[in-house]
Amino acid sequence: MTGMSISELEEMARKCRIEICKMTHRAQAGHPGGSLSEIDILCALYGHRLRARSDDPDWDDRDRFILSKGHASPGMYAVLAEMGFISHTDLESYRVKGGVCQGHVDMKWCPGVDFSAGSLGMGLSYGMGCSIAANIDGSKRNAYVMVGDGEIQEGSIWEAAMAAAHHELGNLKLFIDCNGIQNDDFCEAQMRMFDIPAKWNAFGWAVKVIDGHNMSEIVSAIDWMDTVTDKPAVVIGMTVKGKGVSFMENNPAFHGAAPSDEQLAIALSELGVNA
Amino acid sequence: MTRMAATRDGYGEALLALADNPKVVVLEADLGKSTKSLHFRKAHPERTVSCGIGEQNMLLVGAGLASSGYIPFASTFAIFTERAFEQMRNGIARPNLPVHLCGSHGGTHTGTDGSSAQSIEDLAIYRTLPNVVVMHPCDDVSTKELTMQLPGLGKPSYMRTARNKTPVLYEGKESQIKIGKGITLIEGNDVAIIACGVLVHEAMEAAKALQSEGISATVVDMHTIKPLDTELLDSLSLKCGAIVTAEDHSIIGGLGGAVAEHIVTKHPVPMEKIGVHDRFGESAGSEEMLEMMGLKSHHISDAAKKVIARKA
Ligand SMILES: Cc1ncc(C[n+]2csc(CCOP(=O)(O)OP(=O)(O)O)c2C)c(N)n1
Ligand SMILES: [Mg+2]
Repeated sequence: MTGMSISELEEMARKCRIEICKMTHRAQAGHPGGSLSEIDILCALYGHRLRARSDDPDWDDRDRFILSKGHASPGMYAVLAEMGFISHTDLESYRVKGGVCQGHVDMKWCPGVDFSAGSLGMGLSYGMGCSIAANIDGSKRNAYVMVGDGEIQEGSIWEAAMAAAHHELGNLKLFIDCNGIQNDDFCEAQMRMFDIPAKWNAFGWAVKVIDGHNMSEIVSAIDWMDTVTDKPAVVIGMTVKGKGVSFMENNPAFHGAAPSDEQLAIALSELGVNA
Repeated sequence: MTRMAATRDGYGEALLALADNPKVVVLEADLGKSTKSLHFRKAHPERTVSCGIGEQNMLLVGAGLASSGYIPFASTFAIFTERAFEQMRNGIARPNLPVHLCGSHGGTHTGTDGSSAQSIEDLAIYRTLPNVVVMHPCDDVSTKELTMQLPGLGKPSYMRTARNKTPVLYEGKESQIKIGKGITLIEGNDVAIIACGVLVHEAMEAAKALQSEGISATVVDMHTIKPLDTELLDSLSLKCGAIVTAEDHSIIGGLGGAVAEHIVTKHPVPMEKIGVHDRFGESAGSEEMLEMMGLKSHHISDAAKKVIARKA
């Protein structure tokens, strides 16, 4: 818990967006779209709330953060660098042989990463295990999980949703990055999910829907999660895939495509980097 | 110059060509752009079923379609087919329903996505299922040809394709390619190198290098791992008296496992396995991965010399 102000968090998110563009550009691969959509929530969580120690990343009683949509790793790496878990030079190792920044977040490779993801639909169950462990330990630590809106099409998500409510896991907190796009296309074309908040409600969760790019709303929602103690809580962030870079915004092509040299230059100038 | 192509493109072309058969249907799990079923989807949306990101559901939807007389082709990354392994086992293999599953981006050659995306066990696990035919072709031409033969198979299949480009070997030689029949690409007497997928090209390079050292190697493209071409294997054991297998897959249970299981029961000869040695991969380029995992042509030729030295 570092207690950063709203404007500080916004500035952190801007810097992270720059790194996301640079990392994917350097690797000429990776997933900028879902990294840019999740980044405001990630910055708020790390900068405002998460109890974790960059100088002791394996501290037993830390809150856990599980990026279940593990392809959006550039966002996570950028935040870990801002928070001091890894260095800014480490970001250059994204998708490079031997690098701490593996293609998908990997707990065996990168300090501060709590789960090796990359296969969708696994993180919520893992988070549930972390929550139960905290309860047995008598610890107040939380498990936070971030999933994508395409990811919640996986059946395993709903197995975990049902089980977490059954076990009244008040220390399990979920974010859904609702950017409306998955791999091939818009979610609307691939698999309509109808009323997402109603589904989580029906599964027994406390539900809040927010603008996932409005820093004050995100911070309040994270505080609200702390007030829910008798059941799992989910914050559904309405986001824009590729947020912050005009040609990536709401564009399915930038789910898994890197910016070219020219595109990087445009992106950086839009993000306030002076040439 | 040799044309370079990815086997997944051969799969995509085959689906499109198969569309004339009104019973052919395509199932997707949000990776059609990657597995290349997207071409079929564009041309025949009415016969394409989007299952969202839901591999388990996809396979059993396929089983239901197959039981109703349709010929379903389902695809996702090789690694994510594995999530639906039990669906494949109990819902498809056991009732022997002709669902054709394609796992793209197989092996460590898939590269910088890293270990979560690099399936190195798919051939092994699907090979254990009764009724299931298991294939891993080496170029786009043979992938297309083998896929075209699947509607006539009448039983389930699993085919691994690769993400990245490799040299095309079978341009204009489609008639050589038959499910279940290994193809001898180079004839030699001292050692038989039996390879599949992206390592077929490496095996041919190894044979060329061995030739310059006076060692003559046979190279076989064993694109079908099950049923295994045991007739060819027996003749190679007798002729060469030494075998090297090569695959971008764990040395446990894949092509190497299948070959070893057979030859010990028939004509045992010394054997070496080139494959991933019981470890996970990591993020690196395709060529870097082959080098790191010990799968390059020089690893194959070293193994050939080693196995020849062990001949009685
Ligand atoms: C089990 C599984 N199936 C398929 C994939 C391939 N895949 C990677 S990202 C992706 C789309 C994810 O969409 P979403 O969850 O909405 O992520 P975001 O939009 O936040 O990037 C898919 C299908 C995977 N990683 N895991
Ligand atoms: Mg999405």
